[in-house]
Amino acid sequence: MGFNLACYFSLFAVIVLVLVPFVGAAAGWHVIFGIVIPYLAGFIFLAGLIYRIVKWARTPVPYRIPTTCGQNRSLPWIRRSLRDKLENPENTIHVIGRMALEVLFFRSLFRNLRTELRPWREYPEGGRLLYWSTKWLWIGAIAFHYSFLVVLSRHLKFFTEPVPFFVPFVESVDSFFQIYVPAVYMSGIVLLAALIYLLVRRIADPKLHYLSLAADYFPLFLILGIGISGVLMRYFFKVDIVAVKQLAVALVTFHPTVPEGIGVIFYIHLFLVSTLLAYFPSSKLVHMAGIFFSMTRNMAGNNRAIRHINPWEYPVRVFSYMDQENMFRKQMKAAGIPLEKDTEE
Amino acid sequence: MADEGNKVVDALRETGFFKPKKMYDGGKVIVGIIILFALVAFPFLYNVGKAAKAPEPEIDTPAIKKLSKAERVCVEPRPYMKVNHMKLLTDWRDQVVRQAKRDYVGFTKKTYTMSLQNTCLECHSNYDNFCNRCHTYSGITPHCWTCHVNKPKEWAAGKLKEEK
Repeated sequence: MGFNLACYFSLFAVIVLVLVPFVGAAAGWHVIFGIVIPYLAGFIFLAGLIYRIVKWARTPVPYRIPTTCGQNRSLPWIRRSLRDKLENPENTIHVIGRMALEVLFFRSLFRNLRTELRPWREYPEGGRLLYWSTKWLWIGAIAFHYSFLVVLSRHLKFFTEPVPFFVPFVESVDSFFQIYVPAVYMSGIVLLAALIYLLVRRIADPKLHYLSLAADYFPLFLILGIGISGVLMRYFFKVDIVAVKQLAVALVTFHPTVPEGIGVIFYIHLFLVSTLLAYFPSSKLVHMAGIFFSMTRNMAGNNRAIRHINPWEYPVRVFSYMDQENMFRKQMKAAGIPLEKDTEE
Repeated sequence: MADEGNKVVDALRETGFFKPKKMYDGGKVIVGIIILFALVAFPFLYNVGKAAKAPEPEIDTPAIKKLSKAERVCVEPRPYMKVNHMKLLTDWRDQVVRQAKRDYVGFTKKTYTMSLQNTCLECHSNYDNFCNRCHTYSGITPHCWTCHVNKPKEWAAGKLKEEK
């Protein structure tokens, strides 16, 4: 347990990011924080993601990487279950199945194992090596990602006029318990709880703490800041929602205007979101696009059925036995080693 | 025999196999980029050609018109009500239901009865042109109206008719 420099640095970076719009909005720079920065951030987000995707797509992948967690396609009498087909796919359809499991259900996190040396009564001087399945990270990740998706889809109501049909539906499910006015959204609570778990996990576990960098802490603090500012805005420090929607609709219709009288908490929220968008393509968060380029997931394990040629220019310099004999014929003959071809005879 | 591998490589080179590719699996990648673009552009495309006007709730009901200019105020100042009316209503509900307190002293020191249907809707009797304007625009469905009637007078008149 403890904080390291990376953790402190990320925390203070986010605090500064909160203070910037706090000061800026108080100074009246609403056009900068309400229009210029969001547009800039949106542009960096989209252009940056496309740049990363094209860069990845141009990188050759030399090998198919077969995964050994499922029976590969082999002789016809070796049975393969659906599980084997999904774990060790042989064609595109199965690959799509494996990718869907990965993208929608985080299959590789589900597989997470923990190795632990436990004291053992029958062998007191040593211990017993245990491998056990840990699902905590998987649960945290699922809770975080899906609640974030729900929160994101709910926000469409600010950007669309009229609001598309699925947004009220998502909202009504999300505020099912009808606690308080405005109704408390479950996704908000789950999002913050999952983020706090993911953060505490990095701080409390010494091994993870040792592994974690500023690039791991910063997104957590940043999204936590976004979540907290959003919750504060909805339930505590109210802002004029109609004005907020006017601003959002003005942004997406390219008629940017800043309505008067939106509280500073809104500009903090918007600035943190803009930071997240601009930071996205250059951070570990690009796994949103990168997951589709994971070559242990997106290639069929058909090495034995189809010949794959390394797409790199790779002229192999071959030094055959005959090359060796040609080079050392004299010496070999002197040593009495039998030759394939004796030129002196 | 050793040259066979090189022959394959040479043959492949002739077919252009080793030419630096623009993108591997370009078709799939471009489909992915289009999906990404469509997701990001959804709110932009959805609003194309729509001039979204800010809603203006009407405050010209008969009850309000009867009041003199000085009296034309809500229980709290207008900017406060615009942003915090839902909080106020929740507080009212809690005080009435849990503490049986029904009197609320407004910012003008006038005392009001804490009641959505009898006090709020007395002046704001135009639900469709007042409450609903902003709520529809912002995509808000408050659950006030699962218990309360939003047009009490019309509702009562309807009930009377049914009984007759």
